[in-house]
Amino acid sequence: MAMWFARSRNLVSSLRQNLGLSAILIKRNHSSPRPVFTNYELSSKVFLDPSTSFRHESTAVESQPDLVQQSDHEDDAQELDFPGGKVGYTSEMKFIPESSSRRIPCYRVLNEHGKIISDSDFIPVSEKLAVRMYEQMATLQVMDHIFYEAQRQGRISFYLTSVGEEAINIASAAALSPEDVVLPQYREPGVLLWRGFTLEEFANQCFGNKADYGKGRQMPIHYGSNQHNYFTVSSPIATQLPQAAGVGYALKMEKKNACAVTFIGDGGTSEGDFHAGLNFAAVMEAPVVFICRNNGWAISTHISEQFRSDGIVVKGQAYGIRSIRVDGNDALAVYSAVRSAREMAVTEQRPVLIEAMTYRVGHHSTSDDSTKYREADEIQYWKMSRNPVNRFKKWVQDNGWWSEEDESKLRSSTRKQLLQAIQAAEKWEKQPLTELFNDVYDVKTKNLEEQEVGLKALVEKQPQDYPTGFHI
Amino acid sequence: IREKMWGILRQRGIDGGGLSLRRTRSALVSARSYAAGSKEMTVRDALNSAIDEEMSADPKVFVMGEEVGQYQGAYKITKGLLEKYGPERVYDTPITEAGFTGIGVGAAYAGLKPVVEFMTFNFSMQAIDHIINSAAKSNYMSAGQINVPIVFRGPNGAAAGVGAQHSQCYAAWYASVPGLKVLAPYSAEDARGLLKAAIRDPDPVVFLENELLYGESFPISEEALDSSFCLPIGKAKIEREGKDVTIVTFSKMVGFALKAAEKLAEEGISAEVINLRSIRPLDRETINASVRKTSRLVTVEEGFPQHGVCAEICASVVEESFSYLDAPVERIAGADVPMPYAANLERLALPQVEDIVRAAKRACYRSK
Repeated sequence: MAMWFARSRNLVSSLRQNLGLSAILIKRNHSSPRPVFTNYELSSKVFLDPSTSFRHESTAVESQPDLVQQSDHEDDAQELDFPGGKVGYTSEMKFIPESSSRRIPCYRVLNEHGKIISDSDFIPVSEKLAVRMYEQMATLQVMDHIFYEAQRQGRISFYLTSVGEEAINIASAAALSPEDVVLPQYREPGVLLWRGFTLEEFANQCFGNKADYGKGRQMPIHYGSNQHNYFTVSSPIATQLPQAAGVGYALKMEKKNACAVTFIGDGGTSEGDFHAGLNFAAVMEAPVVFICRNNGWAISTHISEQFRSDGIVVKGQAYGIRSIRVDGNDALAVYSAVRSAREMAVTEQRPVLIEAMTYRVGHHSTSDDSTKYREADEIQYWKMSRNPVNRFKKWVQDNGWWSEEDESKLRSSTRKQLLQAIQAAEKWEKQPLTELFNDVYDVKTKNLEEQEVGLKALVEKQPQDYPTGFHI
Repeated sequence: IREKMWGILRQRGIDGGGLSLRRTRSALVSARSYAAGSKEMTVRDALNSAIDEEMSADPKVFVMGEEVGQYQGAYKITKGLLEKYGPERVYDTPITEAGFTGIGVGAAYAGLKPVVEFMTFNFSMQAIDHIINSAAKSNYMSAGQINVPIVFRGPNGAAAGVGAQHSQCYAAWYASVPGLKVLAPYSAEDARGLLKAAIRDPDPVVFLENELLYGESFPISEEALDSSFCLPIGKAKIEREGKDVTIVTFSKMVGFALKAAEKLAEEGISAEVINLRSIRPLDRETINASVRKTSRLVTVEEGFPQHGVCAEICASVVEESFSYLDAPVERIAGADVPMPYAANLERLALPQVEDIVRAAKRACYRSK
């Protein structure tokens, strides 16, 4: 009956290959062709840093001939057979260092002045697309500013801005197809904005009024919309990562031409769910694009206190996932990287990891005052000199696709629309009492029906105990 | 027809001297005891057939968990399913409850119907955030946009000699969460009907099995063997009718309660035994109707006493049927200690038939 010991036999029972458990030494014939590597061979040689000198023998295909030449004795030229594949052999005791001598470089297309760096790889963006991307980045900026102010005025209880991360928000959304299922963290309202969520709909959710699709069930910024393939924001960190692997698996089983796309911050990668989500997606060969917004801060925890690795991109390889590091403040680079990752995920049915480097210009949320733990100068620098919206604007303007007149028109009309939306949302009545009991289950259970009847009767009997305008 | 079937089954239960006494699966033996043509089925086979039929009927249903595929299931509940449905629908997961529970929820969000197995519900604690925050609350928080048609199943409560970390009962914990449905089968028929209902239900369901019941055989009707068979969620079953005292319980303790009822009958006390089947929603009507008939209540569970399922039942009866009670309500639960390993200590830590008999007698004599 001691079935839990079976857990330790998981290794054995999960073998897909029929390899013996004991190390089998195979004598290699020097004239034979290169040894056949099993699934541990890295196929994505493109992403190996050529300057790294500490690669493990088995993955160093190029250095195999060296091994053959160096060995004088047959004993040295051997491979070991272990569960999981063949592994080369070395008598040199060498530890893989904790970090590479060079950090993984960051993919970028536009320089800080909005000029395309010569010989850049990137997917061209049409005028129409570029202008739409810029407009949405600017709209997101205005939206964040006005909702933040509304919270400060006490009109909404909470808000969370995406200031500094507009390029990640909009460019990633622009690179996806509408059928791709998005599982956000909470700093990606721009993805929903791109997909067509209106400023009025954002306002309704923040006010939790009767028009809110969330029926007043959630805090502000916890947007969600089935029709836009954007799953409702959930507060516990990183839970969306294994969920995304599950969504990817469902899409794979249903053979859909779509992938799951999920976002996480640098801090969220410390959660256990990050490990489970990436590991699983790789094993299941699920079409998932994991986008990590490395913005330097997890509330007050700086990345130097979050992990000791070279950021998040190096972790992808640990799970057997193709990864790239991209300049998150470069809209063109983000667009190209996400678009390519999406194609890979769908056509090759595999997960991909993108680390987008950026900076969280705003406070974590309206409950935070980041000047308490970081320099105001640092925030100013990123806000002014490394602003992703300005950078993209320069490129769009240089192409003659945008003028200052367009700029002021857009900003003033967006601002006006937002103020009107807020005023309307504020006045709109709240959810009726029945919504307290709906959606706990698909069909209300008996005890909930009874409670609803009881509460309605109580409200009718004692109206003085309930606020005016309280709807049943 | 259904009422007749229940009547016949109840009869058999009483005539056969308690369903839990018979360990043999021999059809010949049962044919001697009961009407010719009665079938028997172990709880294990009942669960296996239920999953098999639901997977066959709906291609969106798939099974996930540790050892469910090649190993045929840690307790062989998923035996034969990998061969029949393939590795995409019977998925062997890496060892991460948090991981595969999260993935199951994500798959459910996207429209599949996962049946997630926990090797025991003790390990579900490593995934409890996903069960509560991702599964239970999603439909409500998303205002109906995201429903989670997922089933979490596995053995719950004490087994035999497995110690503290493998013996906890989670009925009370999960049943306190709005948004979840919590079921606890006893017999093979319960297992089949409730699991099929759980898989078909659009809400997340926690399905608490019992390891020691897996091998037990129960008679099963033709109706229950039909692939469309389903039991209603939220309805308790009166396993044995009586008029002097109501004994309410679930899972393995139903068998103990029935044995206790036999012993009480010898002493002239007619006990009514109610098998909850569903912990959430709790069938308060059936429980209260029974107490209003008998005027006495004994509740039994294996789990820890504080804030247990029995506490809720007692509160419900005191609130709704106070004037009908002729004696204080009785609560029997496991000892308030982490489960010890040694067999003699384990026996002392769990309710036994004698405890139920004593409590029922107390309830019957107190009115004096």
